[in-house]
Amino acid sequence: MERAVSDAALSNREQLSYIAAQAADARVNVELETEGMTLNIGPQHPATHGTLRIIAKLDGEQVVAVDPVMGYMHRGYEKLAEVRTYPQVTTLINRIDWVGSFANEVPFILTAERLMEVEAPPRAQWIRTILFEMSRIANITLFLGDMGLQVGAVTPAFFAFRDREHVLNLIESATGGRFHPNFDRIGGIKDDLPAGWITETRRVMKKMRKYCDEIEILVEGNEIFQARTRGIGVIPANIGLSYGLSGANIRGSGVDWDVRRDNPCGMVHNETDWKVWTHPDGDSFARFWVRLQETRESTRIIDQLLDNIPSGPIMAKVPRIIKVPAGEAYVETENPLGVMGYYVISKGELVPYRVKIRSASFNNISITPWLLKGVYVPDIITILASLYFILGDIDR
Amino acid sequence: MPDTDLARNELVARFAAHLGDGLLESHVEPDVDVWLRVSRESWREAAEFAKNGLGFAYFSFLSGIDWMPSPFGREMDSQIDIALGNDEASKIDQTIVQGIAGGETRFQAFARVNDIVNGLGITLKVDLPDDDLSVDSWVPVYPGANWHEREAWEMYGFSFNDHPGLRALYLPSDFEGHPLRKDYPLLARRMKPWPGIVDVEQMPGEDDNEDGASSE
Repeated sequence: MERAVSDAALSNREQLSYIAAQAADARVNVELETEGMTLNIGPQHPATHGTLRIIAKLDGEQVVAVDPVMGYMHRGYEKLAEVRTYPQVTTLINRIDWVGSFANEVPFILTAERLMEVEAPPRAQWIRTILFEMSRIANITLFLGDMGLQVGAVTPAFFAFRDREHVLNLIESATGGRFHPNFDRIGGIKDDLPAGWITETRRVMKKMRKYCDEIEILVEGNEIFQARTRGIGVIPANIGLSYGLSGANIRGSGVDWDVRRDNPCGMVHNETDWKVWTHPDGDSFARFWVRLQETRESTRIIDQLLDNIPSGPIMAKVPRIIKVPAGEAYVETENPLGVMGYYVISKGELVPYRVKIRSASFNNISITPWLLKGVYVPDIITILASLYFILGDIDR
Repeated sequence: MPDTDLARNELVARFAAHLGDGLLESHVEPDVDVWLRVSRESWREAAEFAKNGLGFAYFSFLSGIDWMPSPFGREMDSQIDIALGNDEASKIDQTIVQGIAGGETRFQAFARVNDIVNGLGITLKVDLPDDDLSVDSWVPVYPGANWHEREAWEMYGFSFNDHPGLRALYLPSDFEGHPLRKDYPLLARRMKPWPGIVDVEQMPGEDDNEDGASSE
């Protein structure tokens, strides 16, 4: 009623200007209509730790669909392992996750040991565990610095590279290789520890704990960091499990599962007093937080192992030419990036018949099409960084 | 821990009760591991039962096996070996022998799922006949199987019914052949044959003729 009156009250001229304004509005709306846009991230991008390409279909600032493209670094290790003897395979698999490479060798060696029914002597198991945890520190240190870098803080990355060097030096002095130790052997390890290594390790572990404190002050408490990570990229536990997420990614969703504690094989983590850290939130911040605690826990594990390292031989009795009896076995360990396992089929020859490499990052990153749906463009980078993958671990 | 063993045996019994004839063979290695081979028709049902009936919520991996030994051996026979008849490849026995939990076909798909509460894992296998390398996809049950099935598709040529998008994962989309099959040659060694035990390759700076050094 009122509206009719006001319409009638409009003069002819007013009516015309009203129509013109409506038409202009409509035109603007047409021009600004947000069509889908495709954003191509990578293959070369600092957030991808290698060459991962992500094709994101956007609606404005929001992601509609994501298609990760990989294979730029596929090296065919499963095929190559079929023509190499067991000791030669460790040289290959060192290069799967290149920032924590000793940890790659361990599950393969353990699988071969299970098939051969040999067990490494206690001292070898102890040293193996120490180096395993050390490669975890070398790996996650990089993540802790990198995560800051992805939200725009450069300093943590410098701190990371500064302190990671100490750990790499220790690994080098024990194994002879900074990045690719190739140190684990079927039935034990290659060499005993050098003189003075234990004292030096204690000193470095103290330093690494200080580094964790620094990161805590510098990054974790930072308001911008929290705004960029809290509540972003939430993974519910059941979804994470059905995608096969592992490591800190699943523990960040509140799942209390760690192969080191629940399914120990060939390593002695349970001889020490340690804790599995979990966080209930499941967001980017939770994953960061869990990794930070785990690094600190690793330094404690190493300290305790150094206290009661047994003496004795470092190699079990194994034949000089290794032929693994026919059979099938699968052993998994809790690697820095998550659960890594090798399914080895042997036919009693010098070379494995089939090696299936179950790498952590492959499963961890396969959740991205689900996880990145509906997030905003800047969050793609922080979520990818918080999932923490190494391309070699995806492409193998 | 003897109770773990009981747990694994009970697992097999519950699978057998649920799948009936679908469970073809099983193998329990006490305190270590358990293998089950199911028929092609009950492949997805086995996954559903493992996830919803037995609490195997964690998907670990899915891949394939080719049981026909490679006709090329290790591709490391030198030209000298082949000339002398000492090459490994000519002595290859290509009979198909399946592994744990048996099988009837050259190709098998296998997958592993975990029960993280009780710390148990099972390996499931399925036979795929040569004339029809297809099986039901696991993606509706475990979404994480998506990429693993794409990998098995390109590496072995398996196809998965109801998969949301079977396309190349690692390889270029126009790649021919299935690299992880045993009869796919390892081209790196084809292009540059393995020199054998003694590296006979000339080092740079080395003289072509042997008496070059003695003439100095």
